[in-house]
Amino acid sequence: MWGQIMLQAVFSYLATVAFGICTNVPHRALNACGLTGVAGWLVYWGLVQFKLGHMLPNLVGAFVIAMVSLFFARRNKIPVIIFNIPGLVPLVPGGIAYRAVRSFVLGDYTQGIGFAVQVLMIAGAIAVGFMLAQLVGSPSQLLKRKD
Amino acid sequence: MQLGVAQVAEQNEILDTCLMAGRIMIESGSEMYRVEDTMQRIAHNAGASASSIFSTPTGLFMALPDQDVVQIQPVTTRTINLEKVDRVNALSRQFADHKVTLTQLHSRLRSLDRDVPFFPLWLQIIAAAVVSCTLMIIYGGVWADFIPSALVGAVGYAVFYFIRERLTVSFLSEFMAAFTIGLLAWLLVHWHLGQSLDMIIIGAVMPLVPGVAITNAVRDMLAGHILSGIARGMEALFSVSAIGIGIALIFRFFS
Repeated sequence: MWGQIMLQAVFSYLATVAFGICTNVPHRALNACGLTGVAGWLVYWGLVQFKLGHMLPNLVGAFVIAMVSLFFARRNKIPVIIFNIPGLVPLVPGGIAYRAVRSFVLGDYTQGIGFAVQVLMIAGAIAVGFMLAQLVGSPSQLLKRKD
Repeated sequence: MQLGVAQVAEQNEILDTCLMAGRIMIESGSEMYRVEDTMQRIAHNAGASASSIFSTPTGLFMALPDQDVVQIQPVTTRTINLEKVDRVNALSRQFADHKVTLTQLHSRLRSLDRDVPFFPLWLQIIAAAVVSCTLMIIYGGVWADFIPSALVGAVGYAVFYFIRERLTVSFLSEFMAAFTIGLLAWLLVHWHLGQSLDMIIIGAVMPLVPGVAITNAVRDMLAGHILSGIARGMEALFSVSAIGIGIALIFRFFS
């Protein structure tokens, strides 16, 4: 169990940092990028283990990524997008998108549409997670009185 | 209101600087909200408050309140270089703290645009291999496919890189890279060097998946930049389709 968690953590860290290298993330932000990716993926993976489907884990994972990126961005004075983009890489529904394409090509349209809808739903869940993070991330704007 | 020659020259410098900062940021894959915010801040700190900016992923328009002309800056290339976004951001902060003058800011942006170091190609290819094999494992793949997916991912990224550098046809690089990935993965499985064709391909295409475009499209939409959101979303859809068609060809012909 702990070995499994360690493996997930180390591999999601490596994947996020490596993707950061492909998109030329500043050197001083690479480690923080990796940590963002680990946080998001571990939350997602943990929730999936509790059989909560895919939507809720994606939503919460994206929310955690957005919050952790916001924290690193404020602390290091680096644009938040630099942590968001590599951090989100493990959550991108590439596998399901791939299965959708394969089903379409092999002529199984019904199954293909099912997978495609699932991809859209997951993308939507990630977007909602980001949106919620903006709500929590800027409470000052929420509480400000409109004159 | 008539402006003196000196004032017009100063305002032109403000416009030039802001537009250059905006262009570099869009070219490097920044979100629109940040582009407009940075431009507005530079103009404000240079003494021109209430500037109007209209930004799209393919071009920028900017006007200052006292001037009766609008300056246009087309944006022709869009790549991903997050280091440039960070550096423009840092320069804008320095300008806000009065550590650099407008003229210095202008010349620094110009040199930043020319020579921001990218990670060397070999490191990027190794990184692509690492992305492929680690994601393959955490998506539930088997250890037997670890090295095959790293190899396929590295070759796929190399093909993607070289075609993107040499040719200007959009989406061709994604298509050819995906085709190479599919072919190589099929060959490895055919020769019994890999086990699961699906998992190897899923891992190997991960470095090519347009995560930046998708993230930015959503962020732009949420920030109210509908036009940019649609354009970026379309860009993401096209590159996903290019990858999908490249893989699909393999299934048509080989399995």
